[in-house]
This record gives sequence, C-alpha cells and structure tokens, in this order.
Amino acid sequence: MQIQVVRKILEDNEETAKRLRDTFRDNSTLVLNLMSSPGAGKTSLLEATLGVLQRSFHTAVIEGDINTTRDAERIAATGAQTLQINTDGACHLDSSMVLQALEHLDLSRLDLLFIENVGNLVCPAAFELGEDLTVTLLSVPEGDDKPEKYPAMFAKSHALVLNKTDLLPYLSFDVERAQKAARAVNKDLEFFSVSATQGEGLENWTQWLGDRVRDKKKTD
Amino acid sequence: MHEMSVAQSLIHIIQSEMDKNAVTSLQTVKVKAGRINAIVPEALETAFHTLTQGTTMQGARLELETVPLELECGSCGTRFISATEDPLFLHSECPQCGWELGHRVVKGRELFIEYIEAD
Repeated sequence: MQIQVVRKILEDNEETAKRLRDTFRDNSTLVLNLMSSPGAGKTSLLEATLGVLQRSFHTAVIEGDINTTRDAERIAATGAQTLQINTDGACHLDSSMVLQALEHLDLSRLDLLFIENVGNLVCPAAFELGEDLTVTLLSVPEGDDKPEKYPAMFAKSHALVLNKTDLLPYLSFDVERAQKAARAVNKDLEFFSVSATQGEGLENWTQWLGDRVRDKKKTD
Repeated sequence: MHEMSVAQSLIHIIQSEMDKNAVTSLQTVKVKAGRINAIVPEALETAFHTLTQGTTMQGARLELETVPLELECGSCGTRFISATEDPLFLHSECPQCGWELGHRVVKGRELFIEYIEAD
C-alpha cells in the first residue's frame, strides 16, 4: 500500500535547531555559524576577531573539526573558552552536536558564541544550528566563481567575508563578480573584505558584529 | 557527503511511518529534493542501500525527484527556472529583462519524503 508521508527529511535537525534558538534567545547570546571551504581562514578570522571583541564581550567558540584539535588549540590560545566537537568523519555539524556541546557552556554569561563549522561549502548549508547569523567566508585563492557554484551556502548567509585580500594584486579574483553572483541569490547579503593575518579591513567587520551583539541584548 | 546524514534521517522517518501504519516490508520511498540542497542522487542511493542492509528496508527502491530551482526576478517579477543543467552552476539572468540580482527562491529548497510503498 502507498502511504502519504510528506515529512521534511531533516525535521529532527530543524526541531533541535529551534530549541537551540530559544535557548540562545533566553540567554541573550548572539550565535554565529561560520562556514567556508577548508583553508579559507576561518580559524585565522576568529583569532583576529576575538582579539578585538573579547575586550567588550564574553565570548566562546565551538570548534567543529573532523578529526583533530589543532584549530581548538589555536583559539584557546586567544583566551576564549573553546569547545571541540569532533565529527568523526562527518562533513558538517548538526544541531544535536551543538546541543551536546552546550552542556559545557554557561550561556547566561556569554554575549557571543562562534560556531566554526567543518570546512566544506556544500554540506553545512543544509543543517541549521539555531544561529542568529550565518556567515560564509570566501578566500581570494579559491576563485571568484564560488558563489555561482555553491549558491545554497550564499543564499542562506547574512554576511560574506572575503579573506586574504592581501593576495588580490597577485591573483585574478574579480571581487565584483563574486559579489554580484552572491547577491543574485541573496540581495540582503552584507560584504566585508579582510586580510585576517595582516589585520586589514577588520574594523568594519568587528564593528558590524559588535552592533549585532548589542542589538540582541536590546531586543531580548 | 551530507547524503549519509540525509539517508539516516530518511530511514528514521520511514521507520516511524511504517510502525504507525503497522507495515513491515518497504518497497519504495519517494523523495523530493530541491536542487539547492545539492543532493547527489547516486550518493544518496548508495548511503540508503548501505544503511538498510539487513533491515526490513533492504532492497527497497529509492525514487528521487529533483526539483529545479525556480526564481522570481528581483526586478520584473517574472518567474523562471535557472537555465543550466549542471546542478552546481546556477545561471540566474532573468530571461525577460536580463536582471541578475536579488531573485527570490520560489522552489528548489525543499527536501521531503512524499510517500512510501510498504506492506
């Protein structure tokens, strides 16, 4: 017999994400899900961002990594509370992993929580984590065609951060093309250009993020 | 390979529907996946068949219908299907007015089980 089902396949993930969203709201903690290809510089961006924002906010980082603690060690060196999730081969974090990690965090004391997703431009886009801000990091050496090739990631993001801009003079990366393609699927996308390791362009990015943290405190 | 996670959730839902309807043998599951989910059909099939080995779902057929990405032009409001067939490349110029920015996704995000056939 045929049984009509019509259920979302990722409904469990979405329900848990909703629970997370409620918890984050109750604690007035702004949560950011950071996604990118491997090697785009997520950890470097976080190191640089924490260097600025830790002066004003209580901040923690959940590090998603397939198999190592390398990134977590780098973040811990900045003084931010750091939690490691090893996904054991999975190419993305899901909301149940984040829920488990929260057992080790005192959200009531946190203004800002970063979740560094697994480096991958396809899979993490399908799994909401209850975050307020979804941010995709793109680096200059990857090429300006990434928003065209991986539209899902850019369609669901609030901000696109272009990293390694110090390499722009040496590579044929058309910033306008990348922005245009990303805006084709997402007209409200914010753009930031930074070089995390050289410290360029960080002011706009950290200012914007700091404003979002303060906004969340006000609305809650 | 988010197909593995998708297959796991899929099996979880099928099992709950089979229990609810008191059926024990699965023949077919029909899935609709919007193209923006970037599900690779072969990868989902492999994951589904691997995970159902030795269960009541073993040997069941997975029918996957890919829903093309339908956009509403950010300028003139014309609805159109993105043109190219390559699932990872979306050419989003409006066929009516040529506008490229700020289209709204009308269809192509969905990912759900439509029905199962089981006895």
